[in-house]
Amino acid sequence: MFRYIVRRLLQMVLTFFGATFLLYALVFANQKDPIQALVGERPVTESQRIALTQRYHLDEGFFMQYWYYMKGLLTGDFGTSLTGRKIVDMMADAWPVTLRLALIAIVIAATFSVTVGVYSALKRGGLFDNVSLVITLVLLAMPIVVIAPLFQLIFGIQLGWFPPTATRDATVWQLLLPAIVLACIVIAPEMRVTRTSVVENLRADYVRTARAKGLTRMRVIWVHVLRNSLIPVVTLIGVDLGGLMAGAIVTEHVFNIPGVGFNLARAIRTEDGPLVVGFVSILVILFLFINLLVDLLYAALDPRIRYE
Amino acid sequence: MSDLNTVTAAEAPGGQPNVPHGPVKKDKPRSLAGDAWADLRKRKIFWIAVVLVAVVLVMAAWPTLFTSADPGACALANQYKGATGGALFGFDYQGCDIYAKVIYGARNSITVGVLATLLAGVIGLIFGLSAGYFGGLVDAILSRFIDIMLGVPFLLAGIVLSNRLSSDPKSNGIFAVTLTLGLLSWTTGARVMRSAVISAKNQDYVAAARMLGSPPARLIFRHILPNSIASFIVLLTLLLGINIASEATLSFLGVGLKNGAISWGIMIADGTQFARTEPWPLVWPAIFLGATVLAFIMLGDAVRDAFDPKLR
Amino acid sequence: MDVLPGVDARAPLLEVNDLHVEFRTGYGVAKAVNGANFWLSPGETLAILGESGCGKSVTAQAIMGILDTPPGYVTQGQIRYRGVDLLKLPEDQRRKVRANKIAMIFQDALSALNPVYTVGFQLGELFRKHRGMSRADARKRAIDLLDQVKIPAAKVRVNDYPHQFSGGMRQRVMIAMALALDPEVLIADEPTTALDVTVQAQIMGLLADLQRQRNMGLILITHDMGVVADVADRISVMYAGKVVEEAPVYDIYARPAHPYTRALLESIPRLDMKGQQLSVIRGLPPALTDIPKGCAFNPRCAYARDACRQDPPPPAYQVSVQPHRTARCHFFREVLGE
Repeated sequence: MFRYIVRRLLQMVLTFFGATFLLYALVFANQKDPIQALVGERPVTESQRIALTQRYHLDEGFFMQYWYYMKGLLTGDFGTSLTGRKIVDMMADAWPVTLRLALIAIVIAATFSVTVGVYSALKRGGLFDNVSLVITLVLLAMPIVVIAPLFQLIFGIQLGWFPPTATRDATVWQLLLPAIVLACIVIAPEMRVTRTSVVENLRADYVRTARAKGLTRMRVIWVHVLRNSLIPVVTLIGVDLGGLMAGAIVTEHVFNIPGVGFNLARAIRTEDGPLVVGFVSILVILFLFINLLVDLLYAALDPRIRYE
Repeated sequence: MSDLNTVTAAEAPGGQPNVPHGPVKKDKPRSLAGDAWADLRKRKIFWIAVVLVAVVLVMAAWPTLFTSADPGACALANQYKGATGGALFGFDYQGCDIYAKVIYGARNSITVGVLATLLAGVIGLIFGLSAGYFGGLVDAILSRFIDIMLGVPFLLAGIVLSNRLSSDPKSNGIFAVTLTLGLLSWTTGARVMRSAVISAKNQDYVAAARMLGSPPARLIFRHILPNSIASFIVLLTLLLGINIASEATLSFLGVGLKNGAISWGIMIADGTQFARTEPWPLVWPAIFLGATVLAFIMLGDAVRDAFDPKLR
Repeated sequence: MDVLPGVDARAPLLEVNDLHVEFRTGYGVAKAVNGANFWLSPGETLAILGESGCGKSVTAQAIMGILDTPPGYVTQGQIRYRGVDLLKLPEDQRRKVRANKIAMIFQDALSALNPVYTVGFQLGELFRKHRGMSRADARKRAIDLLDQVKIPAAKVRVNDYPHQFSGGMRQRVMIAMALALDPEVLIADEPTTALDVTVQAQIMGLLADLQRQRNMGLILITHDMGVVADVADRISVMYAGKVVEEAPVYDIYARPAHPYTRALLESIPRLDMKGQQLSVIRGLPPALTDIPKGCAFNPRCAYARDACRQDPPPPAYQVSVQPHRTARCHFFREVLGE
């Protein structure tokens, strides 16, 4: 187990540097005028040019620039946005909002998909099952650019059940509708996996054994079917966290939530390179750690799996 | 991946009742594809998807069949005017005919979606086959590379790459978006192909063919590909739906199609801004985009279920 | 243990009478069991013998009440435990019969044990749920049980998961689980099929010992005539969901009374027949959706005549071949060679 974790961490380091390098190259390599790109639309004086060249090592090779950037990143220096703000400060504002949003979304998605998925599996072939299968199919296909504006229009503007946009402090109440939108993109796969897994386990030989042991139906389902069925669901929910982070870009844009996705979308439109690379690097690290945690969680939940 | 050491359960039938699981007919043996088709033909969802896909394709190929209006001819005088003769859905903020724009939007969606998916398919096929067939170092490098690609969320990478590729201020972004989606979406296909080849390679009949001196190319094309291509094509159908959705998303965020190119994503973005005053310019493109993506996903889903009897 | 209402200590331990089970699937109705009859006394071993698909496992599941419904339904007949018809009991009482009075061992212990719980948990669960014991007491009993089925270092192994045991050890766990609540009837469904031959003998020996100690009735479901000869007292041969012959084990081996039994015996390889061609039963067992008219065995039978194709043989228990023997064949005398 220890060796497995060490190996995974080494792989993560490789993936991290690979991904951030690709990203860094995409944003900064072969720019026509890198100095102009660093300050945005403002005019640049010659002395500023010299200062920026020195600060960003623009006179050195591209690899060196990446190297210096990573050194800064790993010591907590994310640089400065084109807006002049420290990127670290912007992250400190944005991350809590996005994490809160993602957390609410995960709780909604998990509660809904597990309840409905299990019930469908127990009543498979029935009306409820068929209706929920059709709904998952529609949900599965709806892109977030369709769901987010439509939900905002219907539930926020027309019906007025939820606030249609968030303010700077982004309260839980304001985040509820965007979280439902985010949840929609992961509900369908989670529900499908839950249903398939429960159906499979209901047919398993050990469930027959549990019935032969004279256990009540409730005990058979709760203890012998669900425990086994939820292993793949739990891991899927973990993986979905990464998907939610990406989905947050559109959702936060639509609902005007000052989180990571909102900042990123703006940074990309205003070509704010340092901001983009800084935010995405942190996202990549988060993504990798979640994947590792999910694999470890899998081993913890299923005694048959051992890593070596 | 290769890190998992799962103890697989023995596949003994256990206490299963000994009942024939299918109709006991004495007709000629049917192929997997034949079985799948027989199964598909009975599915309502499959036929709904086929009809929807056909309509969208016709719309993309011959938009004039549906509307005689020019989607570019907008007059501010028509702003938010209701439906009239030709303009079934009314007019938007800039006084453009929503119906005509929605119809013409299909062409760009389908073009970008199909080309990007083909590109992803070719890359995925080549990378997956090589990784699975050669194994060893090739596999290690390709697998690590895929890991790196998957390390960045798809949409994020798409935004950055598409933005970078369409740096020409006058381009309509179609080329950039197609290339972006093609270059980013091949990983799943490559993984599927890789594991299919690896599992096929370990089959006894492939080992037997190799012992009989079958050359590698023949092994791949005669024995390995036919057994894994079905799932790969199904994956591409699903990917087509996803790529159409991604194009709309990138366009929605302002880094996809631009400079007057018609895209459902841009229409949704514009519609969202003024949704308080007039919801329809948002609703119609959203419905068309949703239905198109749904059609391709349903199609892929139905075909996959038909080809995978275990999931029935 | 609460007593079932209507239990009659003098009635036969287990009696299956005219049992019918069918599976209703989208492709039609499969008649898996079509009038099975047999009985079992304490301390006795009854072997139910037959090819796969003859309905022996389904019969066992019907006795346990663990058929998957749908698609499986018991449509007719009685299953009497000490005179009480289990099929008429409300589900709550039926449930208490399982494991307490009638327990079952499955063929493949790896898939029959829950992979995510320790064997200690799965054994202890019986004591906790049926006897209301605490976790600690249940664990002690689980260790006792593992000792009884001769699993070395039971104290340690009680914390292991099923996949950490070898095939033979896993089947011992399965046996321990079935015997936990001292049932009077034990049904063993192909208990040794998945095991190596040497381990098979150990497991059968263990079963026989435990049965003797506890004076249990044992129903041994198998297709292996070798296993049957060693341990069974009586044999019921099943074909297409019916018991076609029933007799003490010695009689059946010496003089089979049904053409099917005879054919089965002739298809066993024997050392003294070395070099001669092995006889096989021609044809295949019938599809359960399409059982032949008359005697179900007639298309494969060397003795078949018109009568066999028209009328089913009279129900067993009416043809008394010899004392304690029954056979469902119009021409049993001919088969016996009388």
